[in-house]
Amino acid sequence: MSLYNVQKLMFQLNRDPGIRKRFDAEFDSLLADYELTEEEQIALRDPDIGLLYVMGVNGQILMHYAALRGFEWNAYIEAMREGERKYGPVRTGLYTRAAGR
Amino acid sequence: MSLVFAGVCSHAPGITGRKDRADPAVRDAFYAAYDRMRQALEAARPDALVVIGAEHFANFFMNNMPALCVGMAEHYEGPIEDEAWLGIKRTRFPGATQLSMELIQDVMNDVDLAYAQEWKFDHGIMVPLHFLTPRADVPIIPVNINCQGPPLIPLKRCYEFGRALRRACAARPERIAVIGTGGISHWPATPDSGKINEAWDRAFLEKFLANRRDELLAYKDEETWREAGQGGLEIRTFIALAGAAEGHTGELWFYAPIPIFAVGCTVAVMKL
Repeated sequence: MSLYNVQKLMFQLNRDPGIRKRFDAEFDSLLADYELTEEEQIALRDPDIGLLYVMGVNGQILMHYAALRGFEWNAYIEAMREGERKYGPVRTGLYTRAAGR
Repeated sequence: MSLVFAGVCSHAPGITGRKDRADPAVRDAFYAAYDRMRQALEAARPDALVVIGAEHFANFFMNNMPALCVGMAEHYEGPIEDEAWLGIKRTRFPGATQLSMELIQDVMNDVDLAYAQEWKFDHGIMVPLHFLTPRADVPIIPVNINCQGPPLIPLKRCYEFGRALRRACAARPERIAVIGTGGISHWPATPDSGKINEAWDRAFLEKFLANRRDELLAYKDEETWREAGQGGLEIRTFIALAGAAEGHTGELWFYAPIPIFAVGCTVAVMKL
């Protein structure tokens, strides 16, 4: 359920200017409104795009969070690669990989 | 009356957002194909354009995810993404509320639909409209097929939706055009972004252009996911369009893998 909340925060950031304002002004307070694990909070705060990807955040949502956090296209792709190197394959969801990659 | 236009095209955000990073010769040929499609669409003089897309969590989320949703707003706006990131200025498009409502009511005789009176377009619809209705002067009826967050609607239901849409359009006096926009093979928003399975794409396109229903519906998501990427699941939009154009074949106006656009770039039009 927790991964759902990470994605919900990103979805709302994309759509809701009020959430976006709170994201900029009171990040910790905003995160406290979502049930998140410590690992998820750290990954969102850093931000660790690679870890978020490996956790199983849907790439179509993560792409916009990476852009919001200032990742240029190549840096965003590289961050996901680095995440796989550092944390292993994607853990769950549509973005898990066939064995052998 | 019968549909006045039916076609498919790609919608990847890199097509506009990373246009300066593509091989200019291939990019310009692709853009020319979009423009040819625009001219054909305009020549069909549509009263409304139905866009069957596969949005990416701009409006619909896993708290209440419709398998199929049709817009019936008075107007729409997009892109929801950053304008500079997508390379498209924020634009307002007219809707066709009454027509939407009546089409939805009719289609629901055959296929269950959700509807939405509020809808912000993401690149999935903005990129096609950027090329096809640059003056934003054609009333739009957006359709979303959830292709991003499983469980996904079975392919046969997409085809049936297309058939029902065409039947509903044929029962009305308006001139209605329809496009499908999605994949085909691609691995967007992954470390493999830019990977494209051209052989898979060409095999799929051959079946699509011949509009061979049984062969299109024989695709299995597990195989598509493995061979064409998670983005390949967007073939649902093509298959819905094939249903809308049942009995008609198509013509490929452009196909080329353009890795920086992260998709096998496609423009095809059905011969209605």
